Amino acid sequence: MKVEKLIQELRQELGSEAVKTEQEDLASYAFDATPDMPVAYPDVVVFPENSAHVEAIVAIANRYQVPVYTRGSGTNLSGGTIPLKNGIVMVMLKMNKILEIDTENLTATCEPGVIIADLNAAVGEYGLMYPPDPGSVDTATMGGSVAECSGGLRGLKYGVTKHYIMGLDVILANGKKMSCGGKTVKNVSGYDMVKLFVGAEGTLGVVTRIICKLIPTPEARKTATATFPSIDGAAKAVAGIIKSKVIPATLEIMDKVTIQTVENYLHLGLPTESEAILVIEVDGLPEVVEKEAEAVVKVCEANGGDVIIAADDKERDGLLAARRAALPALAQLSPTTVLEDATVPRNKVPEMIHAIRTIADKYGLTVGTFGHAGDGNLHPTIVTDETNTEEMSRVHKAVDAIFEAAVRMGGTLSGEHGIGIAKQKYLTQEFGEAGVEALKAVKRALDPNNMLNPGKIVTI
Amino acid sequence: MSEQTLMKELEAEIAKCMKCGNCQAVCPIYKEDMAEWSVARGKIKLARDLLTGKLEYTDRMEQIFSLCLTCQACAENCPCGVRPDKIILATRAVMVAKKGLPAVKRAAFNLLEHPGSFRWGMRVGSKLQGVGLRKVNDSGLVKPRFPIGLDMRRVVRPLAAKSLLSQVPEVTTVDNPRGRVVFFTGCMLNYIYTDAGQAVIDVLAANNIEVVTPKAQHCCGIPVIMNGDMETARKIARYNIDVLSGYECDAVVTHCGTGIDAWVHHYPELLADDAAYAEQARVLSAKAYDLSQYLVDVAGFRPPKKAVDTTVTYHDPCHMVRGVGVSAQPREIIRSIPGVVFQEMKKPDRCCGSAGSFSLTHYNLSSKIRDRKIRDILSVGPDRVLTSCGACRMQIEEGLYQAGDNVPVQHVAELLASAYEKEETADKGNQRDYQQTATERVAG
Repeated sequence: MKVEKLIQELRQELGSEAVKTEQEDLASYAFDATPDMPVAYPDVVVFPENSAHVEAIVAIANRYQVPVYTRGSGTNLSGGTIPLKNGIVMVMLKMNKILEIDTENLTATCEPGVIIADLNAAVGEYGLMYPPDPGSVDTATMGGSVAECSGGLRGLKYGVTKHYIMGLDVILANGKKMSCGGKTVKNVSGYDMVKLFVGAEGTLGVVTRIICKLIPTPEARKTATATFPSIDGAAKAVAGIIKSKVIPATLEIMDKVTIQTVENYLHLGLPTESEAILVIEVDGLPEVVEKEAEAVVKVCEANGGDVIIAADDKERDGLLAARRAALPALAQLSPTTVLEDATVPRNKVPEMIHAIRTIADKYGLTVGTFGHAGDGNLHPTIVTDETNTEEMSRVHKAVDAIFEAAVRMGGTLSGEHGIGIAKQKYLTQEFGEAGVEALKAVKRALDPNNMLNPGKIVTI
Repeated sequence: MSEQTLMKELEAEIAKCMKCGNCQAVCPIYKEDMAEWSVARGKIKLARDLLTGKLEYTDRMEQIFSLCLTCQACAENCPCGVRPDKIILATRAVMVAKKGLPAVKRAAFNLLEHPGSFRWGMRVGSKLQGVGLRKVNDSGLVKPRFPIGLDMRRVVRPLAAKSLLSQVPEVTTVDNPRGRVVFFTGCMLNYIYTDAGQAVIDVLAANNIEVVTPKAQHCCGIPVIMNGDMETARKIARYNIDVLSGYECDAVVTHCGTGIDAWVHHYPELLADDAAYAEQARVLSAKAYDLSQYLVDVAGFRPPKKAVDTTVTYHDPCHMVRGVGVSAQPREIIRSIPGVVFQEMKKPDRCCGSAGSFSLTHYNLSSKIRDRKIRDILSVGPDRVLTSCGACRMQIEEGLYQAGDNVPVQHVAELLASAYEKEETADKGNQRDYQQTATERVAG
């Protein structure tokens, strides 16, 4: 009865086309990209087209005390958009306008439903770029990216989403709108609410407008791969590159299992006997790029690396193909792919890779590890089958052990995917009891009725 | 294949999906409505729920599963190698097996089961269509006078006065033939774009290939498959296989994305469990080529000597580029013609939104997808648009008309044929008039 009334009010506010309630519609929003998650159906799916719609939806939800699950493209890997407690799934994709590209202040202002790649294409016309580039850059929305604080391949040099979000409009849990931040580089008014909302996974407010920082597109780039007979050689090369004052835009690693899987999949002629491949890209002014590339080659070779440099864009694509194929190739091995993002300080990468290998052996699992070596963000990827309960129990144990290792090495549970449902139970390991209590206090302060994406990050 | 087998096949394919959502980046329908049920991963989730019995074969489910162009863009972009088009077609088929077909479709497909009645119907249609359709421009596009199953805004190319099969000889012979092919015309070239059909024969003959155009050939049956009526589809497949098996040939040549996909993939799959037909379906599958593919990869072709001064762009039909992997060959032919300036459009392989009967049942959505294609076409300023599929052609013709443009659309074969024809006019007398010869021979 309550649900029927809720739906009726939503229809009055949004029109019936924007309010979907049939079983088939609800089933389509009962999942996201995360494997091994509970499936939960919302009571209703709504498609707001502007900020006033969002305000109205949150206000109505408040009156009926039902949860609101804000969703962009649903490509997250933390179970972040699954409507655990039913209620309203609010799809932001129709709010997809780029409102302004300000070439004087170097900012873009957009609605949350804009796809990251579309924003980059639009600002590219002005010789500018928005650097954060998660793997889902062609599908993920700016809103989702803000909510998850996504990272990507360019994190080492350019940082992640939180370094680029300057201002936000947010609909608070009470249905009221607040604006924070803006176009100024400097802003110390009050608490840094922008940073608080970025990465909050939609648990503290609903973002309806985003001001982000842009940078000039680098003029030149140079890409290389280096093959190493040992993980330690590759790790020393990573440390050596940074030590020689070169910060590559991309510094990626693939371990032996990944190399062999990619080679089986694509037949690129990869050295399947080698222990690690680094993919390195430096960018910037042409003269600087030349010098940096020389330094990279020198360091890699000094550490036993076999280096290939791309002569042109076509060769560059060839070199990057292997890294791009890492996840697809591993995914082809079996139906379920558990992709983690435990992250450690850069100098712990070799130790972490060894630890992952030991864990894989202990639990008898196939784990390919690749990721962003430059920023310590690794993607141990377990290939398994959700329907195999016995194997899944070993997978869960292995995941526990991976997180335990990451935190022990001074790292974090999640470099870029977020906590969501998937990593909630590990949160105390990283924050301690007092820390988790502090997170809960923040949640209670901004969302006292526990309406916004309840059941994610912390459960109150 | 039984419903059971279909379900089994479905299960394995569904299990491969890791729900990453990469399909969202390329699905033309999702780009328009941005709803999770429109895109492959949403449909795969629903198919999974159907299999486990969590959801049922409802009208809403049928509506959702009708939202697919089978353009295969998702399959191409899938990191796990899932074929969502197969899952969707199989689900449609199971749905039909469970729920039956709507009466209108049932009646239409009943007619398709009988080649003779179908041919008669199309003949009558071409005579009577003037009643319901009126001309909108000099190129002969027409529009409904009153609702006759077409959206009132719709503009189409009408049926030709005479079908191709009624005009051309069954065998077009040439001197010193280098090969002999069977030409499977498909309905679009037989009933609507007969000039394109004639051009296929001309081009092959100009390359000293003997062309057999069986009078008894029938609709490829793809519209029936797309709508999930697998039983009728199998009947049509067997019929066409019987017809074509009656001729000795090196190859089966089509000039239609849908037709080629039928022979290469659908027939062998439909008849995989049919002891009497499986083998022959496979044999013909291996021999089936698009005209451009046959000319470039198999027979080799003679680049024309005379220039055709024109600026063209090429639209890749989905079932041609992703269905059978033909995209380089038509371009090679186009570029071989002197005088032709080839301007590649942005995303030439993005679906035009036609998808055959989809454009009838989902006109609004289909038009939105089409208009993106039209913008891409017009941005390169061609003075003609080329493609290899009649359904795409009609869709693009309408889109250009609705955009207030009158750039003509042709099949690749027509451009090549017109280049060869120029040679003939240039040195008439020296060159053999193969068509004439052929007709005389058949008559004799």
